[in-house]
Amino acid sequence: MPQERFDAIVVGAGPAGNAAALTMAQGGLNVLQIERGEYSGSKNVQGAILYADALEKLIPDFSEDAPLERHVIEQRIWVMDDTSHTGMHYRSDDFNEQRPNRYTILRAQFDRWFSSKVREAGATLLCETTVTELVRDPKGRVIGVRTDREGEAILADVVVLAEGVNGLVGTRAGLRKELKPRTVALAVKEMHFLPQDALEARFNLSGDSGVVIEAMGTITKGMTGTGFLYTNRESISVGIGCIVADFARTGITPYALLDAFKRDPSIAPLLVGSQVKEYAAHLIPEGGYNAMPKIFGEGWVVAGDAAHLVNAVHREGSNLAMTSGRIAAETIIWLKRRGEECTARNLAKYRRRLKQSFVLKDMKKYRKIPDTLHNNPALLGLYPRLLSKAAQTWLRVDGKDKRAKESEIL
Amino acid sequence: MSAKKANGEAVPQKIEEKLYQNRYLVDAGRPHVRIREYAEPSAELRRLVNVCPAGCYAINEQGKVEVMPDGCMECGTCRVLTAESGDIEWNYPRGGYGVSFKFG
Repeated sequence: MPQERFDAIVVGAGPAGNAAALTMAQGGLNVLQIERGEYSGSKNVQGAILYADALEKLIPDFSEDAPLERHVIEQRIWVMDDTSHTGMHYRSDDFNEQRPNRYTILRAQFDRWFSSKVREAGATLLCETTVTELVRDPKGRVIGVRTDREGEAILADVVVLAEGVNGLVGTRAGLRKELKPRTVALAVKEMHFLPQDALEARFNLSGDSGVVIEAMGTITKGMTGTGFLYTNRESISVGIGCIVADFARTGITPYALLDAFKRDPSIAPLLVGSQVKEYAAHLIPEGGYNAMPKIFGEGWVVAGDAAHLVNAVHREGSNLAMTSGRIAAETIIWLKRRGEECTARNLAKYRRRLKQSFVLKDMKKYRKIPDTLHNNPALLGLYPRLLSKAAQTWLRVDGKDKRAKESEIL
Repeated sequence: MSAKKANGEAVPQKIEEKLYQNRYLVDAGRPHVRIREYAEPSAELRRLVNVCPAGCYAINEQGKVEVMPDGCMECGTCRVLTAESGDIEWNYPRGGYGVSFKFG
């Protein structure tokens, strides 16, 4: 194979990589995208919620043919103790709109579709190929990649690292520090299938509408983390995730934690009779703004989970991934059109633009959250129990007068 | 089908049963995770027995920690936990091999 030089190489075909590759291909750049899975999506795991806004900026009419599960009309937030949940439910018919705000999706199917759009736009996709290292020139500037396929290095003017949370290429090249057990969560998830009509009856749904439940409390057994349950068309994604350092400290196995969550009296009735068809595990970067690495350098940028761009409080990640991938790509296109090189100095524009967007504004807003959660374990154990006890004391009619109940609660 | 109690509630599954649902293409003879030689297993290494979501690590009869990465979901948890102690050598499987999610 003759040595072909690309304008850009994108490592990874998840939301960040696909957003970057699509944008650059549409901008007329000669793009090579490399994915280690059999197809885009085959290695990717998420809850998963798709936020329409970030994708509309890439593919305005995506809802016409994207594999979407349900548009979300109801969000439940449950604070749980061992026998109860105290819930905040928000359901609105306003979410039944022409262009719904968020959808549940299945990542293996969604990413594959997204990837087809990237190829239609003209990018070259090389699947089943693992990037093993970056190639640098004598001055240290990144000029390409090596893969586990036979052959020479593949060269490009810039490399976009969209290799995910557990991305080895950038880490091993020393572009960012190793993840710390305290800054990443391990989430495990199962796919539970149910007949569509049974699922809709169980969640009071019709048409393509859906419900998501985010849960916290004693379900994580003193560890920092959350559980979730999302309705898909004819399946339910149910999972739970906690900080890796907490799993290591407690010795609780992730699958036992998930099984206990599934057996919880608030969750179990929602899953009755379902058939499990997949079990998945994935890391989530939860260190927030303070755990973010440097996101650009000589001949490279990093986007998405690899850049630690997750808003853990709002359970947002794929939208930050798509937006960072797009903005990285727009920066590269802008430089190309001006005939400027992809030096660190020039690529700094990527970070400046990200700073003006919701991505870094939100990351910055919640920068203290990871430490707050770490330093206040009562938030996920004691407080949920107190809340439940208070609610139960108040609601149980047992001959005690209400003033006595008030003083018992307070 | 997963086992059910009389009331329809799922019985806790063994990790092997969970992984049985998944699709893998095992790169025979080329495990992507290896444990480096050691005399006594470190605390970090022993922790992997419980923390690995696929149950890939086990303590054998000689008290040694072993890894069988065939059911690995490539999450990287063991890699992150042992990054400092250097107990394991972790690489992604060769392109196309390893877990292949149907739903993700």
